[in-house]
Amino acid sequence: MFSWVKRIVVLALVAPNISTASSFSEALNDLGRAATAEEIAAWDIDVRPDFAGLPPGSGSVEDGETLWLDKCAVCHGDFGDSNEVFSPLVLGNITPEDIESGRVAALQDPAVVRTTLMKVSSLSTIWDYINRAMPWNAPKSLTTDEVYALVAYLLNLGYIVDYDFVLSNNNINAVQALMPNRNGMTTDHGLWSVNGTPDVVGSDCVTDCQVDTTITSFLPDYAMNAHGNLKDQVRDYGPFPGIQTAPVDEVADMSDAMQSPVPEALLTANGCTGCHQMNGNLVGPAFTDIMAKYAGQDALDYLKGKIKNGGAGVWGSMAMPPMAQVDEEALQTIATWLAAGD
Amino acid sequence: MFGMITPSGLHFERHHQGWVDIDPRRHRFMINGLVKTPMVFTMEELMRMPSVSRMHFLECGANTALEWGNSAVPTVQYTHGMLSGSEWTGVPLSLLLERAGIDLSKAKYILAEGADGSSMTRTINIENALDDCLVAYGQNGEMIRPEQGYPMRLVVPGVQGVSWVKWLRRIEVGDQPYAAKDETSHYVDLMPDGMQRQYTSIQEAKSVITSPSGGQRLMSQGYYCITGLAWSGRGTVKKVEVSTDGGRNWREARIEGPVLPKMLTRFNADWVWQGGEALLQSRVTDSTGYVQPQRAELVAVRGTRSIYHNNAVQTWRVKQSGEVDNVQLG
Repeated sequence: MFSWVKRIVVLALVAPNISTASSFSEALNDLGRAATAEEIAAWDIDVRPDFAGLPPGSGSVEDGETLWLDKCAVCHGDFGDSNEVFSPLVLGNITPEDIESGRVAALQDPAVVRTTLMKVSSLSTIWDYINRAMPWNAPKSLTTDEVYALVAYLLNLGYIVDYDFVLSNNNINAVQALMPNRNGMTTDHGLWSVNGTPDVVGSDCVTDCQVDTTITSFLPDYAMNAHGNLKDQVRDYGPFPGIQTAPVDEVADMSDAMQSPVPEALLTANGCTGCHQMNGNLVGPAFTDIMAKYAGQDALDYLKGKIKNGGAGVWGSMAMPPMAQVDEEALQTIATWLAAGD
Repeated sequence: MFGMITPSGLHFERHHQGWVDIDPRRHRFMINGLVKTPMVFTMEELMRMPSVSRMHFLECGANTALEWGNSAVPTVQYTHGMLSGSEWTGVPLSLLLERAGIDLSKAKYILAEGADGSSMTRTINIENALDDCLVAYGQNGEMIRPEQGYPMRLVVPGVQGVSWVKWLRRIEVGDQPYAAKDETSHYVDLMPDGMQRQYTSIQEAKSVITSPSGGQRLMSQGYYCITGLAWSGRGTVKKVEVSTDGGRNWREARIEGPVLPKMLTRFNADWVWQGGEALLQSRVTDSTGYVQPQRAELVAVRGTRSIYHNNAVQTWRVKQSGEVDNVQLG
C-alpha cells in the first residue's frame, strides 16, 4: 500500500510539467549514449551547398556514361530525357546565356517541361542525392568515384561541361559557378518562418463584396467519370450520396459479359492471394495455370478437395497447406470459378 | 470524415523511396552536428522518456496542386485529400537536442533524415525544431503505422508533410540549410518571373467545405448543415465564414469542436436550399489575422505554376438538379 501511495505522489509531481526535478533529470540523462565516430561516419553522409561533407574523389564523363547506361538509363533514358518513370532530368532547354547568368530563361515559358537541371541551383544536391538514393533499386551501392562520374555525365548532358571533363572535389566549386539556375532560387518569401509575412492576404469583406462570380472553370460532363464512379466513392447513405457518373447500362453490360466473375473478395479474405496470383507463379501456381490444367475435366470436386485438404507434388515441391478455414459456400464458389476455366 | 481526427487507416500516404519495415528493437536514433555530445537512442529509451501528446494537422505541400490552373478533379478527396488530423505522441525534439548539448549560439537549422531507401532528408528551421517538434511514435493511440513511419517520425506542426520525416533515424544540427533533393528539384514554388521560392514550408491558413461538396448530390430542398474543416500552420483558427453566393455575402460559421493550434478545426453553418443554383465557399481567418485568399487573388501574385501551397478558397456549385461540382470563379 505504501509503495502505491508513493508512486501516486511521484506521478502527481511529474505529470503536470515536462521539466522534471534535478534528481529525475539526472536519471533521465542516463538514457541514451554517446555516438561513436564510426556510427556517425556511417550515417552522416550529407553534402551541403558549400560542399561541406563532400568526400574526396573524381570521375570522368566517359566513365559516367558507361555507368549511366548500366544503372540509370533503365529509368531515366540514355540521355536523361525519359519522361516514362520520372520527370526528365535533361531536355536541352538550357542555353549558354543561362549558364552565363545563372538563371534558366525557359522556366518562364509554360510550354517548356521543367527538368531537374533547369531547376536545381546547387550541384551538391545532385551529388548528395545520387550518393544517398541511387540507383533506386540499390541505394548507396555506388562508390564515391562512381558518383562523381555520374554527376559529370549529367552535367555533360546539359552542355555544362565537355565530354573530356573529369569532375573532382578540387574543381567542383568551379562547376557550381556554371550551374544554369544557380541564381534562380529565393528565400525572400513568407513561408520559411512561422513568423513570415504572407504575400497574399484575402479580403475580409462581409456584405455585397465586389467579386466576380462568373464560373470560369468546371469539369465537363465527359470528364466526370474520369476518376471512377463518384457514387462508389461517397458513403452510400446519409444526406449527401454520390453522383452516378458511370453510364448505368455499361455497369450492367460488364456483369453480363463475365460468365464467371473473379471471386476477388473471397480469394483475399481466405488468404489465397498470399501464395497465388492471377498470372505467373508466386509461391504456388497462377490461377490461370490451374484453370488451364483442369479445363474440361469436370474437376470441381477434385479442386474442392485440394483446397480443403492441401497437397504437394502436383506443381512442384512446395506444399499447399490445408485451407480448412474456407467455408463451404466460399469453397464452392472458388472451385467452380477455377474449374470453369475462364 | 466527421470531426477533426482522421482514422489512421484512412490517412493519405506519400513516400519518396518506398516504405520500409523496421524492427523497433534494432532501430536507432542519432543526434549529431553542432552538439556537445553526439547521441544514440534506442526506441526503448525514447519510450521511457516523458512523453507529450498533441493534436496537429498534417498537409502535403502539394495538396490542391491540381487546381492552380483550372478545375481539374471532381471531389474534395482529390482537391484536398492529402490532409489529416491526428493525435501524435512522442518526445519533444527540444528535450533530445538539449540532452545532446545543442550549441544554441551556432545552431540555425536541423537536418532530419529517414531510414527509407533514399534516407530522405529535409531541412527544418531551428525555431520550429526548438518550439513544438516531436519525435513521435504514437498516432491516435496506437504505434505509428509502417506507411506513416513506424516506429517513429518527426512531427513538425504547421509545416508541410514532406518535412515530417518518416522512419526518422537521425537529426543533424547545422548552421546552413542543406538544399536536399526535395528542397531544390521539388517542393520549390515557381513564380511568374521564373524565380523559384525555396524552403517554402509553412502551410498558411486554409479551409474547405466537405459537405456538400463535389460529386455529392442533394436529394431534396430544405435544411442542410454545411460542414467543413479549417486550419492554419501559424496558429489557431479564429473565425470561419461561409458564403452561398460565390463570395458576395458571408456569415460566420459555428465552430464545432475544440480549437487547437496547428490542428484541423471543424465548422458548420445552417443553410436552406431552395432549389436554385448556389456557389458554396468557406473562408478562414487565423489567430494572426490572416484571411484565406480567393483563388484569383492568389494567382494574381503567384501565377498558376507553383504547384505547392495552394490555399485558395474552394468553390462548390450546387446545381438546380442537386448535383454538386467543383468550379472556379472570376
